[in-house]
Amino acid sequence: MSVQPVIVGAGPAGVRAAQALVAHGLRPVVVDEAPRWGGQIYRQPPEGFTRPKHVLYGFEAGRADALHGAMAAILDKVDYRPDTLVWSAEGGKLDLLHNGAMSTLAYSHLIVATGATDRVLPFPGWTLPGVYTLGAAQVALKFQGCAIGSRVVFAGTGPLLYLIAYQYAKAGAKVAAVLDTASFAGKAAAVPAMLRQPALLAKGLYYLGWLRAHGVAVHQGVELAAAEGAERVQAMHWRKDGRDYRIACDAVGFGYALRSETQLADLLGCRFAYDQLQRGALPERDAAGRSSVAGVYLAGDGAGIMGADAAEWAGERAALALLADTGQHIDSMRAALLERRLSRTAEFRRGLERAFPFPVQWAAGAPDDLVVCRCEEITAGELRHCVADTGAREMNRLKALTRVGMGRCQGRTCGVAAAEILAQACNTQPDAVGRLRGQSPIKPLPFSAMAVPTAAPALKQGAA
Amino acid sequence: MSSSVDMPGAAGKTANTKAKKATALLHRVAEGGRKPVGFVLNGQPLTALAGDTVLTAVLTHGARLRFSEFSGEPRAGFCLMGACHDCWVATESGKRLRACGTFIEEGMRLVTGAEGLA
Repeated sequence: MSVQPVIVGAGPAGVRAAQALVAHGLRPVVVDEAPRWGGQIYRQPPEGFTRPKHVLYGFEAGRADALHGAMAAILDKVDYRPDTLVWSAEGGKLDLLHNGAMSTLAYSHLIVATGATDRVLPFPGWTLPGVYTLGAAQVALKFQGCAIGSRVVFAGTGPLLYLIAYQYAKAGAKVAAVLDTASFAGKAAAVPAMLRQPALLAKGLYYLGWLRAHGVAVHQGVELAAAEGAERVQAMHWRKDGRDYRIACDAVGFGYALRSETQLADLLGCRFAYDQLQRGALPERDAAGRSSVAGVYLAGDGAGIMGADAAEWAGERAALALLADTGQHIDSMRAALLERRLSRTAEFRRGLERAFPFPVQWAAGAPDDLVVCRCEEITAGELRHCVADTGAREMNRLKALTRVGMGRCQGRTCGVAAAEILAQACNTQPDAVGRLRGQSPIKPLPFSAMAVPTAAPALKQGAA
Repeated sequence: MSSSVDMPGAAGKTANTKAKKATALLHRVAEGGRKPVGFVLNGQPLTALAGDTVLTAVLTHGARLRFSEFSGEPRAGFCLMGACHDCWVATESGKRLRACGTFIEEGMRLVTGAEGLA
């Protein structure tokens, strides 16, 4: 059997995987939804933008530059397919959409490096124009040179919260406040575990210190109550220690750390297991990145949130596993080193979870009229009534009955919140309500694409 | 052309220009030196910059991309990375674009729906 590896995703994991395969003489196909490589964290602005990397990526400029350069150096040795969506997969082939045309792509081995999106827990008013995810706020700034507002509240929790507030303030945007649902005490308790990666801890503390030194209000241990506004957001309401607060703003960026983009792994038939730390079901992988399906490898945040550095190591490690599985000789010392690094990151990750814990009381405080699903505007009350009326106790049943998770986002935005509401309504924990099954197409397809006969997409070589 | 970024293309509507500025959701803080790109939003000629997404082009002038087909409330996108599909916007010919993942092109004609129309 000839080896034709395909990598889905050109972020830190996908690029390092491609690099390792190329170094061993293979020519992988790299399929990516974005127009340029780098993933979300090292997302490159469009052609013609002029800000230097140290402005775009701050402390991570060196890493961003190295990753961008690594891919640039192998562009003539890979079959790079930007602007290409993988919308389905089965039995050794992927279904692609590129420039409105569908095609299929066969693989012998597949590395899934699909990354992550913001983990969202909604509050009343979250559908108002001006309310975005933290990731969206960062994309607007890095990819478009825009701030999401002129007086922005950043809210939720997780390391991104402080990073993005810092990036906005540095870019000259007014940060009205940082509202962190995690407490200061939790962060202090997490320090020992986080000392395993002192540089990351130091950066986190630096952002917090910088924000305070520049007069940005940082409130910790808060509860987000609601966004207020008519046609667009005008203020954010929050609570702390039993008191209600309101702060005027014209934009809100929020999120509760990240959630893995696992739908492709699901369609591929990978076995999942519930991960208590990440409070969700994740595809299983061994230390090298092998999934439960032969020939399918998982790397980076798409298989569990470990961060960008770990994604690079996991991408390379998965590629080495692929090579070993196809009979190639690999550097086993290198493989072992990568695994040690990944295992150390897992320790750090546990510390992060203590520092920025998931707000486990969120569902109990969610009002009945809260819109949980923004695609089809299904409320927490509708979900609870469904549980009460039908006895539904499982996510896919709830989806079938209420359409939650059935809209355009396919549960990417609402899935976490819906599982929390279901668990609360059933008086159980989210690990007992199952997980939303991935459905093809993973993302909506234009009707026009269906009419186009299957054609091999034009290969794009070199920088776009 | 440097002032054209925030100005509706329709000449002589100073009051309108002011109103547009006040309602814009996104604010440019960098990369303002790009080439202007003309497009039409709800029948009004406007200017974006080369490399703007449709979302950026629209929301640096206004505060919505569409109205929700369920509640009729305005929407302006959410994740900006192609996951939520909240940011679709219609063209005059009835095509839907994912605004965060589509670059603005010269002459694009977009509609965000009539006021109050669901």
